[in-house]
Amino acid sequence: MELLSNLALGFSVALTPFTLFLAVAGCFLGTIIGALPGLGPSNGVAILIPLAFSLGLDATSALVLMTAVYYGAMYGGRISSILLNIPGDEPALMTTLDGYPMAKAGRAGDALVLSGFASFFGALFATIGLMLLAPLLSRIAYQFGPSEYFALYLLAFSTLGGIASRNQAKAALASCMGLGIAMIGLDNQTGMPRFTGGNLHLMDGVDFLVAIVGLFAVAEVFVFIESHGRESSIGVKLGKVTLPARDLAKGIGTMLRSSVIGFIAGVLPGAGASLGSFLAYMGEKNVQGEKGGFGTGVPKGVMAPEAGNNAAAGGALVPMLTLGVPGSGTTAVLLALLLTLNITPGPTLFTDRPDVVWGLIASLLIANFVLLAMNVPMVKMFVHILSVPAWVLLPGVMMISFVGIYSLSGSYFDLLLMIFFGIVGWIFRKLDVPTVPIILGILLGNHMEDALRRAMILSDGDWRFLFGFRWHAPSDAYEFYSAIPSSLLALAVAGFLAPIFLRRVIKKPRAVSD
Amino acid sequence: MKTKFRALALGAIMSVAGSATLAATECIAPANPGGGWDFTCRQIGKILYDIGQVDSPVQVTNMAGGGGGLAYSHVVNERGDDNNLIVAASQATATRLAQNAYAGMTADQVRFVGAIGADPGVIVVAADSPFMSLGDMVEAIKADTGSVALGGGSEAGGFDHLKELMVLKEAGFTDITKIKYIGLDGGGDAITQTIGGFTQGMTGDMSEIVGFLQSGEVRALAVLTEERVPGFEDIPTAVEQGFDVVAVNWRGLYVPKGISDADFEAWGARLQAVADSQEWQDAMVANGLAPFTKVGGDFQSWVDGVIADTVELSKEIGVIQ
Repeated sequence: MELLSNLALGFSVALTPFTLFLAVAGCFLGTIIGALPGLGPSNGVAILIPLAFSLGLDATSALVLMTAVYYGAMYGGRISSILLNIPGDEPALMTTLDGYPMAKAGRAGDALVLSGFASFFGALFATIGLMLLAPLLSRIAYQFGPSEYFALYLLAFSTLGGIASRNQAKAALASCMGLGIAMIGLDNQTGMPRFTGGNLHLMDGVDFLVAIVGLFAVAEVFVFIESHGRESSIGVKLGKVTLPARDLAKGIGTMLRSSVIGFIAGVLPGAGASLGSFLAYMGEKNVQGEKGGFGTGVPKGVMAPEAGNNAAAGGALVPMLTLGVPGSGTTAVLLALLLTLNITPGPTLFTDRPDVVWGLIASLLIANFVLLAMNVPMVKMFVHILSVPAWVLLPGVMMISFVGIYSLSGSYFDLLLMIFFGIVGWIFRKLDVPTVPIILGILLGNHMEDALRRAMILSDGDWRFLFGFRWHAPSDAYEFYSAIPSSLLALAVAGFLAPIFLRRVIKKPRAVSD
Repeated sequence: MKTKFRALALGAIMSVAGSATLAATECIAPANPGGGWDFTCRQIGKILYDIGQVDSPVQVTNMAGGGGGLAYSHVVNERGDDNNLIVAASQATATRLAQNAYAGMTADQVRFVGAIGADPGVIVVAADSPFMSLGDMVEAIKADTGSVALGGGSEAGGFDHLKELMVLKEAGFTDITKIKYIGLDGGGDAITQTIGGFTQGMTGDMSEIVGFLQSGEVRALAVLTEERVPGFEDIPTAVEQGFDVVAVNWRGLYVPKGISDADFEAWGARLQAVADSQEWQDAMVANGLAPFTKVGGDFQSWVDGVIADTVELSKEIGVIQ
């Protein structure tokens, strides 16, 4: 009953015509920002903060607008992933793997509708989770220390080999390159610069957005120019948009599993949406096995990452609101917004400012339904933005890439770096080296390294700590303090071996069911 | 669509602002949105406009890179005489200048206008920790250095690490390179690791721990100010526990070196007006900042003193030669 009265309070705040208008406007803007390569949820929200102030919005209205943009961008990212093979933002990276092959096979409409539904499912799941369990869930963060995070990242990397369907060695090479790039910049444990060559611009490392835009968007333009459009992915036509009810019904299990994985990754402050969509995709790939055909353009391959990343986006609000710890770039910006509005997130926020919290939850629910309406029946409208002729689209992609990257740090150096990544991406396309593992290496490499080094400092270099054992001085023995690291490591080993093992078992080609 | 273009236009403005003489005041936050510098720019910028010290809203530009070094070099090399530019600064700026982390640039290449508030340093343990006072913790570290690890939101050698070292050095502990510290991604992360029992405590800023203090999940052993902090009178200072350590993360501004003395003094007066405003008082209370107003010539010499102290400590732990 308390929940209902809280929700009623929330809706009374969120259901005014003005806040509703803000939610709709935010969803629309967010979807566009998400769909444009180079503009992701975090810079989208950051760019709009001055707007919120100049409009003189109060705390709840500003939050409604910003979270609508946030959720909208998480939905929108998939559009360019599917139609252009360019991830609109980093969590939409995994959606390119099956979304683009589907589009190429003439099923772009199906891919968009299914991923839109999956996004809705994931986001709704996460919002309900946030609503029911936020104060409880925040305790999960207390269970995760350096060893636990290290095992979690290891789990992500152990499944990387399976990402490229054709050549695992090339995928491994690509992820090593990503890890190498991640090492550039200040070493978080000692504060010493590494591999920067004394260049101030490299002190903070290579921003993964620069790498994504370069490797995908700029490289795509190069390929297009070179082949006069023949080998490029740009220009996929969207047929009529129908509701593939059968695929949707079959994918409910996929969406549920992926939402759970994504949500948990989102709740952990050290993980985040990208890891959520990645683990959701790789987890589902293992569930479906070889005959699932992940990577060749199957409906479940777009539903898993989209449910995962939208669930993670909602999950990331849990530590932001209850602990004041941002789990992602976007929640860091939202946290800044809250602080500027004199609201301090933390364990007492739910009791101190119920109007803000429940207004936010109510507006998330509203935004989610608005987004479903925008992204399923009205998806053609957004597609039109991307389906302009190539001579308009390509300069447009380039322009937005440059503006988006420049707005990150206001530095020309990032633009040069982006072009460099564009050239690398173009060469790798010729060599058939997958670029997704490079991005994941950059995204996750530092976190994994930091977790390992912190674990080693805490345990004085004792590797048993990584398995959940710690030296207990009074009893002069090792105590097994947590089963989380070992369980995650076991999963990592299983995730690494499963594809190899399954390939042996399923030698005989079976009829692919869908 | 109109708003979208407005958003894009804002991005474009960020890139060209400053070249036009009639441009609004720009505040550079040398970090991504979400941190202390961003807060400084947005809050001071908002109040400057609200109390009528500037004619148009202050444009905040986030220029992340090199721990503030990119913005520093941008101001020194490209905006040396821009009298419409203010840049957010804090203790971290001074620490990094002291540790030569800005590629050879020095503190005298800009002018520090002032600080109008400070985040008091704190040393915090989980509610169930055996340490009841700062003395308990120091004794435990002295007895078995490896048994106590503190976390903090800065990398090793950063300000949160230095707080731990300053206290131990004050306590007469000489082997300071053996002290365990792990750098985490911000104070919030450091607190969760402490509550989770992975570290035995954390050093951070008051603003980072306010919510957790209220919920009773952590206890503050000491606050690193001269006097107890208003609103947190039950937290004893390190000084009264016998450790003469004061470490506050001040929030302030610097401006380019080449502006005229009159312009420099005008900025000082505007900053003082912000400090005196009710809006700023409210913002300080809401964000756990303690009063700390030093504006003008005093501030410059105070910053020089802080930098000299940091150089000495950094040499001892080997962060710089």
